[in-house]
Amino acid sequence: MSDTLVKIENVSKKFCRNLKRSLWYGVQDLGSELVGRNKFQQNLRREEFWAVKDVSFKLERGETLGLIGHNGAGKTTLLRMLNGLIKPDVGYIEARGRMQALIALGAGFHPILSGRENIYLNASILGISNAEIERRFDEIVDFSGIEEFIDMPVQSYSSGMIVRLGFAVAAHLEPDILLVDEVLAVGDLAFRTKCQVRIQQLRDNGVAIILVSHNLHTVSHICSRAITFEKGKVIYDGDTERAIDAYRASLIKNDESVEEILRAGTGEIKISKLEILDKTDVAQQEFNIGDFVKLRLHYQTCAPVENPVINITMHVLNSYQVTGIRTDMDGLQLGTLEGEGYVDLIIPNLNLLPNIYTMDAIIFHKDGFTFYDRINRIAHLRVKGGLQINGIVYLPHTWGYDAHLVTSQNLSKLPNYEVAK
Amino acid sequence: MNSTESLPVITYSPVSQMHNPTLLMRTMWQDLKASHELAWRLFRRDMAAQYRQSLFGIFWAFAPPVITSVIFILLQSRSIINFGETDVPYPIYVLVGTVLWQLFVESLNAPLKSVTLAKPLLARINFPREALIVSAFYLVLFNLLIKLAIIAVIFLIFQIQPTWSLLLAPLVIFILLLLGICIGLLLTPLGMLYTDITTALPVVTQLFFFVTPVVYPVPQLFPFSLIATLNPVSPLLVAARDLITKGVITNVGSFLVISGLTIVFIVIAWVIYRVALPIIIERMSA
Repeated sequence: MSDTLVKIENVSKKFCRNLKRSLWYGVQDLGSELVGRNKFQQNLRREEFWAVKDVSFKLERGETLGLIGHNGAGKTTLLRMLNGLIKPDVGYIEARGRMQALIALGAGFHPILSGRENIYLNASILGISNAEIERRFDEIVDFSGIEEFIDMPVQSYSSGMIVRLGFAVAAHLEPDILLVDEVLAVGDLAFRTKCQVRIQQLRDNGVAIILVSHNLHTVSHICSRAITFEKGKVIYDGDTERAIDAYRASLIKNDESVEEILRAGTGEIKISKLEILDKTDVAQQEFNIGDFVKLRLHYQTCAPVENPVINITMHVLNSYQVTGIRTDMDGLQLGTLEGEGYVDLIIPNLNLLPNIYTMDAIIFHKDGFTFYDRINRIAHLRVKGGLQINGIVYLPHTWGYDAHLVTSQNLSKLPNYEVAK
Repeated sequence: MNSTESLPVITYSPVSQMHNPTLLMRTMWQDLKASHELAWRLFRRDMAAQYRQSLFGIFWAFAPPVITSVIFILLQSRSIINFGETDVPYPIYVLVGTVLWQLFVESLNAPLKSVTLAKPLLARINFPREALIVSAFYLVLFNLLIKLAIIAVIFLIFQIQPTWSLLLAPLVIFILLLLGICIGLLLTPLGMLYTDITTALPVVTQLFFFVTPVVYPVPQLFPFSLIATLNPVSPLLVAARDLITKGVITNVGSFLVISGLTIVFIVIAWVIYRVALPIIIERMSA
């Protein structure tokens, strides 16, 4: 007996870049649908492109699949086809059982109505029957944690409360297949944890889950498998960590194709490049946790520059900043710089968890505010290891249990931090 | 949990739904049944939203037909315009006529309005699409109740003796409403793509008001008699008004033809709406 709940076979979908044309194609498609011809489906018309191209996969009961990729890589489009909102242009989708989507929390909420009325309305829209909603009403209100406001009109709710109420209703769905799109990214940490716990419960009940998220942390924690998309195509399908790696690689590949539009400044002194060097002064892109790293910033001046401030920041691409290091903060005066030269930033222990970190380099005037030059995304550094994402910082640490003491000064002794590749 | 094999299977493919009419009809029927609860909720939401934020509430439902009628009654009684003799007193004729016309216009606008308001929902959630139409239909029925109250008041004021055949009137009015919904539903797919439809609709209905015997008697002379024969609203409106004011239907033939066509076309409009939605949602933002 097969346990496949979702089967996707060579699915493709095209979109049009131009609105007017897109609407007109809509009319054409409607016409050919009504007369039962499939004239335009295989080929691209003017200004069309494949938003999703040749995607095939299967999903078993109890499996949790993450879809990751750039903005516009086709994840959401695929999800919308799965949900039956739009039709595939090529291929077919077969789904077994009750499919429900956690996509728009609080869909159909009306600001004038009270929280109570909106629960009923929202539940109806999500396909929960009246009898069922009646039975579980108290449970839902309880889950939302906003009992005292339940009879107030929703327009006086804070956005956080609306999301809570929306999720409380959606959490009481009982699907066989659950589609989740980015909803876990909203709300505070406690709320996000609540959502994750609920999703794990569903998974344990044998629900097949498809999750779209930019939050790799969520994906790596929830999903047993992930698919990486690039420009509508699947570039990796399988182990979550490897899929995340593939996604990062695709991020950087796409990033490097971006021309230097991110450069700005008055220009008396210019950044030539930022080298990432290891202990032996050899250029390197990949490091282990705790390695010695030297960042060498090369500059070139047109005129003598007095006491510039150098700033190197590090961030997770397309996401949060990890750290920023500045000469003025560290009380360093560089004196007058002239001609060509370099400044080294030495990091004795790179205490970062496996991920790809991107650097921006900035040279400020001595006021620490106006910049001479800045280059965003000047270099990438990768900390090796195919481990679960547990955050970004590695804190050197020691474990103790009962009377024993285990040290982790030597990283290689820790089995968890052996490099996977 | 059920075993996997016993779960219902849904398939999405590029093949036109028109290729499998039996399946299409079956799912349409299933969704219509499934949409009842949601439609009722949506209707109540719209009602609550409309009346909770209004001081005069239901007054606005009575005002438009009464105002239009009063204008034409004044114009006619002062002989500023002369539409000729009506077979019942002109005030009754025009009041009943405008009430029916308003009902028709409301049902014409209801589907597109309901679907346009639900655009964000349509783009994100897969719920039975019929619910929007059914809730629009509830709204139209609600309007009908209000309008029947106006007609009752007219009866009281003009001391008209109700006849037994008056009981048939709701059925005839119902078909008039169906015709409105039918035309509205046919326009909905295009109206979701292009705003032109929404913009043009009031203009066109205004024009239609004058080519439908609402405030003037049915023209008997060619070419104006074409108004009564070619305009599908005329036979239904005239039949309903005849039943209410005189207790008989004078144009049985054309009334039956239009009624039959309305029922056929409403199914066609429903199929088009149903088949069109996934294609149209694709052209809207998520």
